[in-house]
Amino acid sequence: MTTAVTRELSAELRGFREVQRLAYECAEAVAARLEPGVTERDAARMQRSWLRAKGVKDWFHLPFAWFGDRTAFTNFRVPLQFFPTNRRLEPGMPFILDMAPVYKGFTADIGYSGSLGANPVQDRLMADLEAHRELLLREVRERRPLREIYEDVDRLMVRQGYANRHRAYPFGVIAHKVDRVAERPWSPRLFGFGTQALKGLASDALHGHRDGWSPLWSPYRFSDHPPHPGLWAVEPHLGFRGTGAKFEEILVVTDSADPEQSAFWLDDDLPHVRRWAEDK
Amino acid sequence: MTLEGARERRVRTGGVELCVAELGGPSNPTVVLVHGYPDSKEVWSEVASRLADRFHVVLYDVRGHGRSTAPKPLRGGFTLEKLTDDFLAVADAVSPDRPVHLVGHDWGSVQSWEFVTVERTKGRIASFTSMSGPSLDHFGHWINKRLTRPTPRRVGQLLGQGAKSWYVYLLHTPVLPELAWRGPLGKRWPKILERVEKVPGGDYPTSSLPTDAAHGAWLYRDNIRARLRRPRPDAYAHAPVQLITPLGDAFLSERLYDGLEEWAPELVRRTLPAKHWIPRTRPDQLVSWITEFVTANEGGPVTAGERGPVTSTGTGKYAERFGGQLVLVTGAGSGIGRATAFAFAEAGARVVAVDRDTESATRTAELARLIGAPEAWAETVDVSDGQAMEKLAAKVAGEYGVVDVLVNNAGIGLSGSFFDTTPEDWKKVLDVNLWGVIHGCRPFGKQMAERGQGGHIVNTASAAAFQPSKALPAYSTSKAAVLMLSECLRAELSGQGIGVSAICPGLVNTNITSTAHFAGVDAAEEKRRQKRSARLYGLRNYPPEKVADAILRAVVRDQAVVPVTPEARGAHLLSRFAPRALRAVARLEPPL
Repeated sequence: MTTAVTRELSAELRGFREVQRLAYECAEAVAARLEPGVTERDAARMQRSWLRAKGVKDWFHLPFAWFGDRTAFTNFRVPLQFFPTNRRLEPGMPFILDMAPVYKGFTADIGYSGSLGANPVQDRLMADLEAHRELLLREVRERRPLREIYEDVDRLMVRQGYANRHRAYPFGVIAHKVDRVAERPWSPRLFGFGTQALKGLASDALHGHRDGWSPLWSPYRFSDHPPHPGLWAVEPHLGFRGTGAKFEEILVVTDSADPEQSAFWLDDDLPHVRRWAEDK
Repeated sequence: MTLEGARERRVRTGGVELCVAELGGPSNPTVVLVHGYPDSKEVWSEVASRLADRFHVVLYDVRGHGRSTAPKPLRGGFTLEKLTDDFLAVADAVSPDRPVHLVGHDWGSVQSWEFVTVERTKGRIASFTSMSGPSLDHFGHWINKRLTRPTPRRVGQLLGQGAKSWYVYLLHTPVLPELAWRGPLGKRWPKILERVEKVPGGDYPTSSLPTDAAHGAWLYRDNIRARLRRPRPDAYAHAPVQLITPLGDAFLSERLYDGLEEWAPELVRRTLPAKHWIPRTRPDQLVSWITEFVTANEGGPVTAGERGPVTSTGTGKYAERFGGQLVLVTGAGSGIGRATAFAFAEAGARVVAVDRDTESATRTAELARLIGAPEAWAETVDVSDGQAMEKLAAKVAGEYGVVDVLVNNAGIGLSGSFFDTTPEDWKKVLDVNLWGVIHGCRPFGKQMAERGQGGHIVNTASAAAFQPSKALPAYSTSKAAVLMLSECLRAELSGQGIGVSAICPGLVNTNITSTAHFAGVDAAEEKRRQKRSARLYGLRNYPPEKVADAILRAVVRDQAVVPVTPEARGAHLLSRFAPRALRAVARLEPPL
């Protein structure tokens, strides 16, 4: 796998990488402060204030936090259930922090999985996510239709013995496009999503609809097209009997003819990637 | 004598002489087995000999029973206080320095509850395993609670247990019980046990039965009324307790143990589909649970609150029932089989995952260990290969033990019109779907039956077993055969405490669609249909985990035929009341 770190990044990509690193730093800082009794709401608030203090003013979406079997979206029926609840963290419980800050006009969307103390099941899930990261990059470089890649990810999950939990996200997406966002003094939020970011997504959806692509990477027909150049926040999410794990990071897709340049992960120096390297 | 190799000694206490037998190395942890009514220590012979490898096993005849002498006079000689004296005398004689692990059945459990809840035995008991015998104090509180707030449910529970206790009232009549036991009842008792309680014959009960039963009547007369009227308010257990409840007990309702956690915190519960005399009918299962519990609680005197019992009990909702049992699942590499293996693993069962694909079976076993299976193994076998299955059965019996639950799940899909289906296609689908089940039931079912300690066989049939379809002639035929095979086998094994269930899942989101063979079409078209059907099943999205749940439930409830998805249940209902509707459905072209 090529490392994005050694690559000469354009100023724009550097901006995205900066905010993505910031978000992961936040996740690690908040995760270190989690202790028994902390609620999901507390954890979401901690992420928000940490990022605010670093200068984040707008959001793609507000931070989420899921504890226990909510990491696997057990019994999720309506999207409102994604919002943080008063569930308290207990020793051994898995958790996922998911945040999407906008910083200096650049958007990141990240997911961080961990547990309070040891959780061998989640460790295993995280380890098995590595194969998904490799599969996604390989097949995007092969320019396979996104819908087919989605199905391949699905098949790999089933082979591993897990359930596909990104299916629970709106439109069942495994990824969505992220973009630059105009900085406005005031940006209201709609159901936890920043209106500026939603505007960008909606305009992408409109253009995509005309040109036969979609900013949402889903299992449905509207994703039956080769990868569209741009930045994609990819979030494979595994679930296994009440325990969930995911990572989320930006995949850069270009229209370059060189396979290596046609798609690459924005940053290879992320907590989950480092962990996989350490385990080897 | 039934206790082979036992060392005997006599212990004098409170005017009686107790006959104490010991097996196994005295340096091992001591396990004291206390028998019930009307029994003598020989009721434990099967359990004791199996425990003797690892423990110092001690059995004694309760005063007035077996070869222990009876107090004089009998009246007032069997109070729980005196029985406690006896226990302490035995414990001091056989294990003066270390606390003992107590195991009681029936009245042995009733008195053991007394031992484990009174002050003076503190530090002498390391753990207590109770079967079919509640504490009289807890029982008294149980009754009072239901009398003071008699909701309909509580009244029902009272009346239910009241009816089950008929023999207790009879035993309170003077002289008559003694006459009956020394006369006709004593003579017929072994036959009654064999017929009603399914206790295997042989050298149990012993010849002392009439005297044991006559003396033992005083256990009831000396204690029941006194304790039920004035139960002790402080009957808290000072050692970890494991409660084993036989679900088919004719004398004790399982409701008796509701809220027992109040008296014995961190109680470990186990349930067993069996009748009252489990030391005779289920020795293997008892030995494995006793061994696990004793081992977990070995090490110094344990007082309540200081250290809770640590056993590898599962977390699933059926953990009481399947903890430590051996479960074998075929086709465990994917779909329903894999989900079933995981569900059993979560319940704390030991799992053998069988699949023809080594990699996926290994994966299942690995994850099963991760979520609660104390042990899990992967075996690569093609179920259509009879010899390989025989070999597997021999290996499993030799290395892991006799299977408690067998799940014949492996199956393949085949679609296409009857005339497109070649003889080879037929052979292939019947080999796996039908012969696979036969090859599973033959050796493993035989082992279960020969062991004579119950078990359960689950066969995965299909909703196609009762829903005809012009698109699935071969598949439906094979599954209908599995359904009928299960019903026949259920009838044959019913006398031996072995249940057989046929599971009919319906449309479940597994990879059976993408591996199914479509007869009569070229490879490209087959690929297209596989994809299309996989998508349809994906849209239906009924998870295999729910089928696994239905399988565990079917075993717990011993259900004969279990349609799972709503469409399967609907079809099952129609097959009984409106078969013509099903025939109409059978003519539809599947939307592929």
